[in-house]
Amino acid sequence: MSEIVLPRASHAAWFSYVTSNRSTSAGIVLSILLVVLALISPWVVPHDPLEQSFIVANQGPSSDYWFGTDSFGRDVFSRVLLGARVSLSIGILAPVLAAAGGVWLGMLAGYFGGWTDRLISRFADLLMSFPSLLLGVMVAAALGPSFRSAVIAIAVALFPRFVRLARSSTQVLRQEPFIEASIVAGRGPLSIMQRHVLPNIAGPLVVALSLWIATAIRLEAALSFLGLGAQPPAPSWGNMIRDGMSDLVGDPWPAAFAGAAITFAVLAFNMVGDALRDMLDPEMET
Amino acid sequence: MAGYILRRVSEVIPTILLVLTLVFLALRVMPGDPAVAALGEFATPDAIAAFRDKLGLNDPLWIQYISFVGHALTLDFGRSMTNGTPITALLAQALPYTIILALSATLIGIIIGLPLGAVTAVKRDTAVDGLGRVFALIGFSLPDFYMGVLLLLVFSLQLGWFPMLGGGNGFVDQLHHLVLPAITLGLVMAAFVMRLTRSSLLEVLRRDYVRTARGKGVAERWVIFKHALRNALIPVTTGLGIYVLTTLSGTITVELVFSRPGLGTLLIGGVTARDYTLVQAGLVVFAFFVVGVNLLTDLLCAAIDPRIALR
Repeated sequence: MSEIVLPRASHAAWFSYVTSNRSTSAGIVLSILLVVLALISPWVVPHDPLEQSFIVANQGPSSDYWFGTDSFGRDVFSRVLLGARVSLSIGILAPVLAAAGGVWLGMLAGYFGGWTDRLISRFADLLMSFPSLLLGVMVAAALGPSFRSAVIAIAVALFPRFVRLARSSTQVLRQEPFIEASIVAGRGPLSIMQRHVLPNIAGPLVVALSLWIATAIRLEAALSFLGLGAQPPAPSWGNMIRDGMSDLVGDPWPAAFAGAAITFAVLAFNMVGDALRDMLDPEMET
Repeated sequence: MAGYILRRVSEVIPTILLVLTLVFLALRVMPGDPAVAALGEFATPDAIAAFRDKLGLNDPLWIQYISFVGHALTLDFGRSMTNGTPITALLAQALPYTIILALSATLIGIIIGLPLGAVTAVKRDTAVDGLGRVFALIGFSLPDFYMGVLLLLVFSLQLGWFPMLGGGNGFVDQLHHLVLPAITLGLVMAAFVMRLTRSSLLEVLRRDYVRTARGKGVAERWVIFKHALRNALIPVTTGLGIYVLTTLSGTITVELVFSRPGLGTLLIGGVTARDYTLVQAGLVVFAFFVVGVNLLTDLLCAAIDPRIALR
């Protein structure tokens, strides 16, 4: 994964590849659908997701409450829909943040080599030796539970992968004549990285970004299930399962539907990510 | 080999120091005063000052750092801020639950994942392979804690086959309580093991020596077991450390689902109760586990493949 260098393909070739594969196009359609639903959810929810009513508490699915109601009588369908906002915004924000930090460190390591490289690589390796969920839990536990610390925690968990990717791509690029030419022309290292290195390694980085969205969504769900993510009453899929656990016997619906939503989102983004990876590296068997 | 072991073990020291430094720094940037968090909003300033003094929070940062590292290295974490129990005692109580769960889940994952991976590689592009792909896709997409909730709903609540919550008392009861959480994590692990075994075996089956074996008329079963599978298992074995650690991190959420009194439950309980000393200890212990398992994996790999030690 770390050694990917993006082959240059025409837009037409990309398009025909993407549309030729059924699961890829399904994944893309589903992912876009999810993002759109998350964006418009506040305006299309059938009930107020925060409105409590003990008269209708703990109901199963019905024509009025499609996914039933939770122990506070809140509509589970509306909460799942609104929960998509938290999950997807963290799922996209965290990898972007990780990329923003990781890419610069990786470029510095790949460009300068030597001690800079050894120091940065050692640090990235150390973080990589931790499973991402464990790292996320550790960071979120240290920062205290909130939306913000969930974003930071997931970004920290993903960031070493971007360091490695940017480092290896930069190392290859560093040998190119046009970089040598820029150095001779008197351009400084930072300016070279910004003007010449970054645009040339952007392709694989964007692909990597999309690969990690599914992971980020799953991490967010786990963190908010542990109570370390977005705080109630704002619904997120993870904390809906957490709330649902307290009365699983009486009303399993909130936990069941919130979990199904997580699975669905992870599946959709995974299909896109897998397809992009196959496209980059057709030799690799999956 | 001896040189490699020495080199690898000595690498642990800076790693542990770096990890401890990170934990120390992370907890110092934690918002809010731990004393206020422990004593409540209405504590008198005197009480807060006394509490901070007791925890050493009024000392200069570097003294705090040295005492933190010293205590962590000797596994002396002081007392829980919320109930005064020595943290070492809490850890000793919780650790067996977590370790047993992680190990049995890894075992289940290997027992299911290895044969499944081998079969799907050999029967590539058949219905079996298709089923295997679906299994892997579910394993990668279904979060482990949600799988736990579903198993709990079906096998504990509906069928009543397994106890719902806790760790159990006595050997048989504890085993009974272990089944569902171990299967939950084991199934997720099986998906990982299966995918790795499948791709590794497919890669080996393309090699020249497999073609040679087939060409000289060796029975297909023999080709697969004797020639291909043996070599295909090397990357799977070296991935063992990753499996154990992934399962270890999975125990945190799964313990919460099944109310299992392990390390994850302890750590998350500490976060919820704002028990600063307990959180600190939990983080350090998890970090020690990662460093230790990684060290063991590297040594194991060098034993299996001596070329590693020569690099």
